[in-house]
Amino acid sequence: MGDLAAEKHAKYILLVEKRKDDVESVLMEHLRINGAYWGLTTLDILGKLEAVEQEKVVPWVMSCQHQSGGFGGNEGHDPHLLYTLSAIQILALFDKIEVLDIDKVSSYIASLQNEDGSFSGDIWGEIDTRFSYVAICSLALLHRLDRINVEKAVKYIISCKNLDGGFGCTPGAESHAGQIFCCIGALAIMGSLHYVDKDLLGWWLCERQVKSGGLNGRPEKLPDVCYSWWVLSSLIMIDRVHWIDKEKLVKFILDCQDIEKGGISDRPDDAVDVFHTYFGVAGLSLLEYPGLKAIDPAYALPVDVVNRIFLR
Amino acid sequence: MDSDEDDRIPLSQRPEWSDVTPVPQDDGPNPVVPISYSKEFAETMGYVRAVYLADERSHRALQLTAEAIHFNAGNYTVWQFRRLILEALNADLHDELEFVEHLASKNSKNYQLWHHRRWVAEKLGTEAAGRELEFTKKIFVNDAKNYHAWSHRQWVLQTLGGWEDELAYCDELLEDDIFNNSAWNQVSYAVKAILTKPENESSWRYLRGLYKNSMPSFVMDRRVSTVCLTVLTTKANCVFALSLLLDLLSNGFEPNQELKNAVEALLPESRDQDSDMAVTICSVLEIVDPMRVNYWRWRKKSLHSEVEEGVRNLRVH
Repeated sequence: MGDLAAEKHAKYILLVEKRKDDVESVLMEHLRINGAYWGLTTLDILGKLEAVEQEKVVPWVMSCQHQSGGFGGNEGHDPHLLYTLSAIQILALFDKIEVLDIDKVSSYIASLQNEDGSFSGDIWGEIDTRFSYVAICSLALLHRLDRINVEKAVKYIISCKNLDGGFGCTPGAESHAGQIFCCIGALAIMGSLHYVDKDLLGWWLCERQVKSGGLNGRPEKLPDVCYSWWVLSSLIMIDRVHWIDKEKLVKFILDCQDIEKGGISDRPDDAVDVFHTYFGVAGLSLLEYPGLKAIDPAYALPVDVVNRIFLR
Repeated sequence: MDSDEDDRIPLSQRPEWSDVTPVPQDDGPNPVVPISYSKEFAETMGYVRAVYLADERSHRALQLTAEAIHFNAGNYTVWQFRRLILEALNADLHDELEFVEHLASKNSKNYQLWHHRRWVAEKLGTEAAGRELEFTKKIFVNDAKNYHAWSHRQWVLQTLGGWEDELAYCDELLEDDIFNNSAWNQVSYAVKAILTKPENESSWRYLRGLYKNSMPSFVMDRRVSTVCLTVLTTKANCVFALSLLLDLLSNGFEPNQELKNAVEALLPESRDQDSDMAVTICSVLEIVDPMRVNYWRWRKKSLHSEVEEGVRNLRVH
């Protein structure tokens, strides 16, 4: 294990922006705005955001906005809640939320809440607790939670709670660490964590740590760096993070680095990508690794950015 | 990709597309994340953009979205456009089910694919229930834990029906997994599963979940403590067995001498035995599960209040 190759990771992210002939970039076209959020947030946590010209990023983000108020994954793509949150988060990183027509964006998000309190991802109606999180996080960052029925939104999320204390994507669906993050994050933002059985869920979450120190997303699955975010942030939000071995997790994440070219992979010796680089660096930030900016476990943005929004 | 896509004719050379001018992706003069596209993919997307902008909901546009989806099944916009075309053409949705099945045989973990499948099934209504259940079954043959397929199955059962055979199917799956074909009731079923593979967290959780709403029967049912004891005799450091015993004790369970002896034997001689068996178990767990040492310390600390509450609850019942 070495230390965190912070400089290399920053360089890797900046290079992704310029790379040619790359399968990953082709497949990312439709979710480029998610990719930009992962990359830019990583740079900010590493203290390197100034290497990016916001004069280029902000107009591009705005060009992904659809007339409905929602954002697409790239220019000319249809709007979806997933991309709308990434757009808001990117603007927040640059302290540029004011360029948004906030009423228009929040109307778009609010229009996707259903009668039972759940959220559809877009006009096509797919329902998932991921979309509840994305909608609630977006509206909170815009100071517009009053645009939806918060009580019903909470009730729907609670209806997705399982006997093991975890949450699934819809009522009755299996507990999954990614969905748990979404549900716990949304409940945290809405001040409703008292509906969660923290000891029971904490036990399920800390059982995700496997011998190598890494975390998995469901019982009997392989560990993956991305769960350093989903599981860890959930444990922090319910105040049970001291139930896992943090040092071993730090070691696992550091073992997933490409120390020569930069970037972090899902497991040691696999190929790196922007997604896992973000989750690795964000996980280390949650673990208070030295030299990194602190990240907020509910909003998935650096704490100083969140403070700028809520304490201004 | 399909083998028949090796001799794919470029769209620019197909007569039926001669009237359309492709629209390239506009990345601007200084794109934020410049992208280099494969030639065929870029060409296909150029034609997709052209028909999308012209809002052409035709058979050839439908075929084109299929090609684009084969290149990249993750593109929301293409899927959505495809649904608009299907609606406009009033297309036979059974063909669409086949299209999705073909894709799923290559990539069963794509979100859009499953959402699309649900959209089609919802349109077809209850008549689709049987086929949808069969479809997920096929996925489970290769990936018994596929999260999308399980979610889809849940949705089908809740929306379109078919619950009546579901328990039998789940039995079948579980039996495949643990090599047994007897008809057990749920507790002995879980016990059997645990004994077959004690390191499988899921069967322990399942057993615990069966008593979720009935603490007295959890504590009174000797089968629970027996399975813990059996596992511990061959696998002394089994965290799941120890933690289940701990749950029993903190809810007022009274161990017999055999169990007491077995647990006492687990603690190294260098450590002091505690007259309270639950405390001893916590000490054992601190040693055998060092990653979660703080959790077990917390359990130990909260034991007194837990046991009192557990006994009180038992009396109430």
